[in-house]
Amino acid sequence: MKNVIEMQDVWKTYPNGAHALQGVTVKIDRNEFVYVVGPSGAGKSTFMKLIYREEVPTKGQISVNGFNIGKLKQRKIPYVRRNIGVIFQDFRLLPRLSAFENVAFAMEVIESPKRQMKKRVMEVLDLVGLKSKANRQPAQLSGGEQQRIAIARAIVNNPSVIIADEPTGNLDPETSWGIMQLLDEINFRGTTIVMATHNKDIVNSMRKRVIAIEQGNIVRDQLRGEYGYDF
Amino acid sequence: MTFNTFLRHLREGCRNVFRNGWMSVASITSIIVSLFILGVFVLLVLNVNAIADKADSQVQIRAFLNVTVDQKLRESLQKEIASMPEVSRISFISKAQGLEDFRKSMGDEGKDILEGFSKDNNPIPDTIMVEVIEPTTVPFVAKKIEALNTTHTEQPIFKVKYGKGTIETLFKVTRTVRNVGFIFVAGLALMSMFLISNTIRVTILARRKEIGIMKLVGATNNFIRWPFFVEGTLIGLIGSLITIGILFVGYDQLISAVSSDLALQVSLIPLKQIWLQIGGILFVLGVLIGMWGTTLSIRKFLKV
Repeated sequence: MKNVIEMQDVWKTYPNGAHALQGVTVKIDRNEFVYVVGPSGAGKSTFMKLIYREEVPTKGQISVNGFNIGKLKQRKIPYVRRNIGVIFQDFRLLPRLSAFENVAFAMEVIESPKRQMKKRVMEVLDLVGLKSKANRQPAQLSGGEQQRIAIARAIVNNPSVIIADEPTGNLDPETSWGIMQLLDEINFRGTTIVMATHNKDIVNSMRKRVIAIEQGNIVRDQLRGEYGYDF
Repeated sequence: MTFNTFLRHLREGCRNVFRNGWMSVASITSIIVSLFILGVFVLLVLNVNAIADKADSQVQIRAFLNVTVDQKLRESLQKEIASMPEVSRISFISKAQGLEDFRKSMGDEGKDILEGFSKDNNPIPDTIMVEVIEPTTVPFVAKKIEALNTTHTEQPIFKVKYGKGTIETLFKVTRTVRNVGFIFVAGLALMSMFLISNTIRVTILARRKEIGIMKLVGATNNFIRWPFFVEGTLIGLIGSLITIGILFVGYDQLISAVSSDLALQVSLIPLKQIWLQIGGILFVLGVLIGMWGTTLSIRKFLKV
């Protein structure tokens, strides 16, 4: 199974009549790092949401890790999601829980054995460089650190794909670079990464595959591409 | 589900009950009110039924005979009545004995009134007492006895009487109590259910973010739902236990109050005979109300 993500003529029309995607066909291989760029409202978020099955396509086929996502039975969705890690611009950590607990939460809800949990959580906290701050609550951490915790949570269950929706959107340039290095490292270790971004500097200096979406269509798909917009 | 997961759901559910504070208190209170009223009605119905049963077993038909009836005719009448299939037992009370019994039951006050009545001017007729097997056949058997006048030219039956009023009123009371109670309790149970479902809704809304993350990292729907079920069931359980406590203590007090009041000639069913039934009903119902309330909210607000 070479292609981790495969879309075949995918359309998404929202109930209000907006055509978010209009016939998108794309393949993303195992271990690729892909930037998804384009103007706001072009369909980037929909593209991402379709992959982790937050939305279902109106038409067309999507397969992720070999599962036909559009036709998935409701009760099988959780099992597919366990193989996909998602990161957001706003981190989405639980404020009541410590950094450790936030990461462990992802293992707890899929009923991982307790004895593995502690070891694995500390392992990923170490990977994101926050082992020493395991007991801090999100409010006691900087934005960059919170995003690292969110990344730790996304990778703790060893997903084959990471979907990152503007992960540096709320961070200053320097912190953003730290996050990008971390994602690069995770990609290097064998995880496919699909990242929607508006960050020109990052796309242009850390050259990867670039997929540009405009008005619901893929208008450009380059290996080691450029950002290509002025915004 | 692993044991650890089960413990987690229990812990989360309990935490939710406390976290929702006053909402939980309101739900528990409403359960207590509805279950308490249900309990009172059940106790009332059980006791009225018991009294009615007792009264039933005491219901006898009294057939008063005309003075003209001689011993031979009387014996043949007795035979005829005893042979009716509904009749379990008959006995004869002669007019002399009847006067004696009447005198006894009147006590000291009646002494004066009954003064002067003796064997010769005894106003009490000869009476055949009839007991039936099935209390509901009493009116029917009474008619049958009355009908003996049509087969005997002597018109031997003067009058047939039975405790018509008492039983019918009792049956009516029981039925009314049952119906009114049922409607009342159903309404209250419904109210409790909605209150619980509202409490659960508050929990769901408060934990929206958490639920979103759970879904994102691949928690199954059941995993997400369980703590809410625990919460709702727990509210129902706490409510029913408190109700059972209040009701039993109250009923116990009532029993001792009633038994010490000699003027009241009723005895209530002792608690130890019915505690399991009533406790069981209230417990199961409380838990069910909790679960239904939760289901209602989960269906509506927890899109997983």
